Amino acid sequence: MDKKRIWEAVRPYVMILPAMTGIVLFVLYPVAYLIKLSFYKYNLMNKDKSKFIGTDNYTQIFSREDFYTALLNTVVYTIGVVVLTLVLSLIIAVWLNKRKRFNAIVQAGIFTPHIISIVSVALVWMWLMEPNHGLLNFLLKTFGLPGSTWLQNSSTAMISIIIVSVWQNIGYYTLIIVAALQSIPPSIYEAAALDNASKFQVFRKITLPLISPQLFFILIIMTIGSFKVFDTVKIMTGGGPNGATTTLVYYIYEFRTNSIGYASATGVVLMAIIALLTVVYFRVLSKKVHYQ
Amino acid sequence: MASIEFVNVTQSFDKNVIIKDLNLKIEDGKFTVLVGPSGCGKTTLLRMIAGLDPQTSGSVLINGKDVTRIPPGQRGVAMVFQNYAIYPTMSVRENIEFGLKNNKVPKDERKRLVESISETVGLAGYLDRKPSTLSGGQRQRIALARAMVKKPSVFLMDEPLSNLDAKLRVQMRIELIEMHKKLGTTFVYVTHDQVEAMSMADTIVLMNQGQIQQEAAPEVIYRQPNNLFAAQFIGVPPMNIAELGIDNVMFGFRPESGVLSTEPLATHFQVPGTIVTREMLGSETIYQVKSEEQAYMIKCTEDRFVVDQEVYLGVEAGNLFFFGADENRIDREDGRFSSYLEALGGRSKVLVMRGQANG
Repeated sequence: MDKKRIWEAVRPYVMILPAMTGIVLFVLYPVAYLIKLSFYKYNLMNKDKSKFIGTDNYTQIFSREDFYTALLNTVVYTIGVVVLTLVLSLIIAVWLNKRKRFNAIVQAGIFTPHIISIVSVALVWMWLMEPNHGLLNFLLKTFGLPGSTWLQNSSTAMISIIIVSVWQNIGYYTLIIVAALQSIPPSIYEAAALDNASKFQVFRKITLPLISPQLFFILIIMTIGSFKVFDTVKIMTGGGPNGATTTLVYYIYEFRTNSIGYASATGVVLMAIIALLTVVYFRVLSKKVHYQ
Repeated sequence: MASIEFVNVTQSFDKNVIIKDLNLKIEDGKFTVLVGPSGCGKTTLLRMIAGLDPQTSGSVLINGKDVTRIPPGQRGVAMVFQNYAIYPTMSVRENIEFGLKNNKVPKDERKRLVESISETVGLAGYLDRKPSTLSGGQRQRIALARAMVKKPSVFLMDEPLSNLDAKLRVQMRIELIEMHKKLGTTFVYVTHDQVEAMSMADTIVLMNQGQIQQEAAPEVIYRQPNNLFAAQFIGVPPMNIAELGIDNVMFGFRPESGVLSTEPLATHFQVPGTIVTREMLGSETIYQVKSEEQAYMIKCTEDRFVVDQEVYLGVEAGNLFFFGADENRIDREDGRFSSYLEALGGRSKVLVMRGQANG
């Protein structure tokens, strides 16, 4: 009898044990270890020469100019990618929402970049963006427009990377927004038509509020994703030219061998920034999101 | 205030013809109910008035003016949808106000209108609530208020009561009748429920397969149905129909015209039978009487019989209807009427005699 009662109490914990083991091993422990490392001057060759240095790493982070450059680059990249992707995928989704056969093809086409590896995407775009022989400059010149230096100039490198990321992301987010749009009952639009609402009013007062949960989700997911951007930067520019595209994660990556402690501290800072941003989003925007 | 007229209207969706060359005039200020089985085109007609699905050909006139090219919002009509189509992200006030805002009604005027309407429909305390926090009946009232506040010349309603529970439906029915009386505007109401049609309508437009079967006041449709379809669609239970056996003619009578007795009757039509089922509804009882050829539904105000009892079923000559081979009703004035009546009377005598012989 007593045994049964113990089992009743223990059972839920036994049930979640497999999942929790994974989470503890691969999430909680690494995060804890990251935080631990951030307080050390860590020696990869000889662990015994590692030294606890308190918050020195953090002091160093906030006093180094290259950290602020990387942070600023990341913020620029994030704003660029999030705003452009949101606006463009919203426009495309509204356009695709009319159910026509042609639209199904466009939708499939626009989603394709998402299933291609970022390495291929980046390489193809590097080729397109080549200033002398690339297709993009060729096209610009055919239309009589001046060519761009794209990735090779510190003033245009960041926008080039943003373009590639937006191009890769747009199909996926369009799909989410199209699904959201199609879940709006048509009778609501009919009611609005009878209420003499203009197209703009319908979009602002009915469509946007009704898809706000999905837009909010996309905003958060994309902000987090953009803050962690690495692969595009690594392949296309290697953080250059002259550090113009060094984002936070790439900055961390640069310190992977010679000062693991400093890199860890930066990782913790990045985590804190993302957490803070998410909290701010929820505080500021959640009142404008209409859950049904 | 407006009358509505359909002139040679045809509506088809992807080569699927729903309505063909239909003509109909809906009178100004009347409560008109479009009723028929699902798929008969009644909602299609309503949506044509609103301008939501413009007709393929022909024209729709509101107050004598062709509105084919006028967008829904400028036709002076308001519609209550079956699922209410309330804007879920707006508060009750914003829902009611939306149409007024789009029509550039000044703010003070808007506030006054919204408040007086919400008083009328009983939503006064809920103006700043979200529709999702309200009950089905209250949402129905939002939809009504939203339609009323625009002071439309035509009210369109697409099965507005079908999502409510039975009790609330009866209550809303009365409220709608009162509302129509108070506003005096043209109401066009779509339903598949003939009880709703009978109870609320000034004029019933009965439809089947895209065609108007009969257009008349409820009592006329009930007492003088145009054809078999009208006779069987209106009334619960529907009219009893049986074959006469001559010229493919059918005869029929309303369930409440049937008289039941354990003894042979002196009525014009008479048939022996057995009671198969009994439905006790309180004020009345419905029996299913099975004769040799077929079953009849009989509605009695008294509850005197039991299942399996042998009875005689009789109907007076004045309560009998005849329908020709083309399914149209044969009028009492028609020359054939008396001969068919005669034939039925003769057949009854035979049936009763045979019944007595067997008994």
